[in-house]
Amino acid sequence: MNTRDYIALILCMGAVTYLPRMLPLVALSRRRLPAWFSEWLELIPPAILSALLAPTLLTSAAPRALCLGKPELLAAVPTLLFALRTRSLAGTVIVGMACYWGLKLVL
Amino acid sequence: MKRILGEHVGLNIREGLAAAWPICLGFFPIGLSLGVLGQKVGLAPWQMALMSLVVFAGGSQFIAVAMLGSGASLAAIVTTTFMVNLRHLLMSSALAVHFPGVSRRFLALFAYGVTDESFAVNMARFNQGGWNRHSALVLNQVTNATWFFSTVAGAFAGQFIPAGSLGIDYALTGMFICLLVFQLRGMIFVVTALIAALCSVLAYLWLPGNAYVIVASCLAATAGLALKRSLRHHTLTS
Repeated sequence: MNTRDYIALILCMGAVTYLPRMLPLVALSRRRLPAWFSEWLELIPPAILSALLAPTLLTSAAPRALCLGKPELLAAVPTLLFALRTRSLAGTVIVGMACYWGLKLVL
Repeated sequence: MKRILGEHVGLNIREGLAAAWPICLGFFPIGLSLGVLGQKVGLAPWQMALMSLVVFAGGSQFIAVAMLGSGASLAAIVTTTFMVNLRHLLMSSALAVHFPGVSRRFLALFAYGVTDESFAVNMARFNQGGWNRHSALVLNQVTNATWFFSTVAGAFAGQFIPAGSLGIDYALTGMFICLLVFQLRGMIFVVTALIAALCSVLAYLWLPGNAYVIVASCLAATAGLALKRSLRHHTLTS
């Protein structure tokens, strides 16, 4: 790919990435949303976090398949308990990394 | 007055930095490996730098680099990028309630730094209270800068850094686990998260690409809302 094509590619990628991030912020922050919609939006963060996490913990990537014994999942158990007990973000990140590293060494 | 204003700005920056470090810790090894991958498919460091600066989206940059390596067309790469990043529509919509009446210029700048990670941390901090948009903007820009420098560093020198040191590849997963815990502010949130996990795994197994995040989040939030409303109706009528 020559330089001009590459720059065109990057600009197009930038546009299709930026617009979905920008349009809802600009469009929605200035108006009163109907109650059902703000209640729906309130449930979006836990739903997205859970939807991002679950395949990481419960599936293998290539080919996609259910996989219930991954070190990612095993490390998630103490990490989750630590997070529930302490509610400390920094602590949870460190405990998670330590558990994962330890498990990778053992397994 | 100027002094007070200065201290205020300083505080916003400090708070933004303090909240950003787990994200930066997670971005660094991922950015490095992207840089190495880019170098392997023949991207020059300036090309990697341009991509990280203009696109700033980890997942789709990995896919784009892989597609460049296999000689995919411009249209195919751009379409894939669009699909992969469509989930940010939902995140920006959820963030919007925390920016009532804020200027378009600020929002346009803030939007540039909306990623899964910055969204999750900012949302958690807004819910806890005492978080303001300037700290949120600092967090976005700092994580953005970390991403930029780590991908460029990877393009130059990535092959010298051993993979998987100290469990650092688990930093973002650990962070997401804790941020999910912050979001569980009642039974309905727990149920929504469980539905999302189930839908996400099923969609991940059955649908191609990254559609699983959007599909599962929308289904789960809708189911959660329906459940919440029917419970409320039930208690009102009984």
